[in-house]
Amino acid sequence: MKKVFLIILLIVIYQLVNALFPNNYFPSIFQIFEALLKNLSSREIYLHIATSLLRIIVGFLIASIIGIFLGLILAYDQRLKDLKLYIELLRPIPPIAWIPIAIIIFGLGNPSAYFIVFLGAFFPIFTNTYFGAISIPPIYKNVVSSFEVSKVRYFTKILLFFTLPYISTGLKIGIGMAWMSVIAAELIGSQSGLGYFIQLNRLLLQTDNIIIGMIFIGIIGNLLQKIIEFAESKIIVWN
Amino acid sequence: MINIKNISFSYPADNHIKEKQALTDINFSIKEGEFVSILGRSGCGKTTLANILAGYLAAQTGKVLINNVEVKKPGKNRIVVNQENDLFAWMTAWENMKLANKDEKKINKCLKLVGLDEIKQYFPNKLSVGMKKRLSLARALVVNPSFLILDEPFASLDYRIREELHIGLDKIFSFTKKTTLLVTHDIDEAVFLSDRIIILGDKPTSIVNELNIDFPHPRELRIKNTKKFTEIKNRIKNSYI
Repeated sequence: MKKVFLIILLIVIYQLVNALFPNNYFPSIFQIFEALLKNLSSREIYLHIATSLLRIIVGFLIASIIGIFLGLILAYDQRLKDLKLYIELLRPIPPIAWIPIAIIIFGLGNPSAYFIVFLGAFFPIFTNTYFGAISIPPIYKNVVSSFEVSKVRYFTKILLFFTLPYISTGLKIGIGMAWMSVIAAELIGSQSGLGYFIQLNRLLLQTDNIIIGMIFIGIIGNLLQKIIEFAESKIIVWN
Repeated sequence: MINIKNISFSYPADNHIKEKQALTDINFSIKEGEFVSILGRSGCGKTTLANILAGYLAAQTGKVLINNVEVKKPGKNRIVVNQENDLFAWMTAWENMKLANKDEKKINKCLKLVGLDEIKQYFPNKLSVGMKKRLSLARALVVNPSFLILDEPFASLDYRIREELHIGLDKIFSFTKKTTLLVTHDIDEAVFLSDRIIILGDKPTSIVNELNIDFPHPRELRIKNTKKFTEIKNRIKNSYI
């Protein structure tokens, strides 16, 4: 109820500002609503959404698998800690800065977008997994060594499960970063997707469509976050 | 038979902290089926000694022998029940037990022994502190260790729960006759549960006294009101001075 009220309030404020300071660039709320209906009845917007979703799913899945595995293995075996230094060196470079390199290597299209999404999601997932796994209390290690639990069981039944809440936090941050990265990649170097839809409409001066694109980005980003939260509530049942 | 021979241990210097001698030439033995308590002030090195017996720490000098086999690393023949909660939060009571031993008959038997056979599918966060301690104890017993080490397992509990657990532990001990070492700073607890008490003095930590307690097992709370119980407590207090 509170959320609905806030959305209505935002719409009213937008319309008031628009009525008080009329200009040619920002459409009224009615024009936006009209553009929304028009887009919903066309096939184009769904194709852009599907393209962006495919990119985020592929990139995010690869980032999750590699990020979780590397985070756990580096925390488990301290002999590999030098590898973490190399990863840390790459972490401060924002995914958007990789776009030119990605285009040179992979060209325009899906592989570049997968790569950018991967970079956006990988670091929060890896970092949360690693720091979660190294924080395992010594008492758990003592119990495991007393019960002579095998290394494989320790890795899969103890370390992985202890780290799951941290992994989940990494995934929640990672999905947000991945979504931002895919839109940024499509704005600059792509011929399809929601980012490209916004970029195309900027060139056509169709501000109402730009706002529609932004609304879809917000809604889908929120939905992706909710999916991860739902999965977390079903998997981490002991919390 | 457990033999602790000439154990000395010091924590190495670390940054601004000087090297600290924790244990000096500790010698004692525990007979099969005996309940022995190590009693000493907080910080006197009791937990260090428990960790050496468990195999988590290696003593700089001396050795620990269990049935004439030297302890070199942790293992199933001696299990520690800790002061901290050491149950795996993501495993049910049953799964916690199963990690220690896959034999379902033994798991059922041990859960019944500690009175937790009705809560197999509960996660630890659904259990009371007292139940968590009993589950830790059941998990330790399910591997049938030759030696049980209880490292201040009741220290963080309130008086009522502690007494309840003392009675429960004494019944289990009377039934299983498991060789047990209790590390504690609580004189009442040590006198109520033990067959023998070894008192550690500090600076440097070494054995200052040993007392035999001859109350028969299983024990009842009313022995705490007897003159003999008070006399033993006073003798222990005098050993500290």
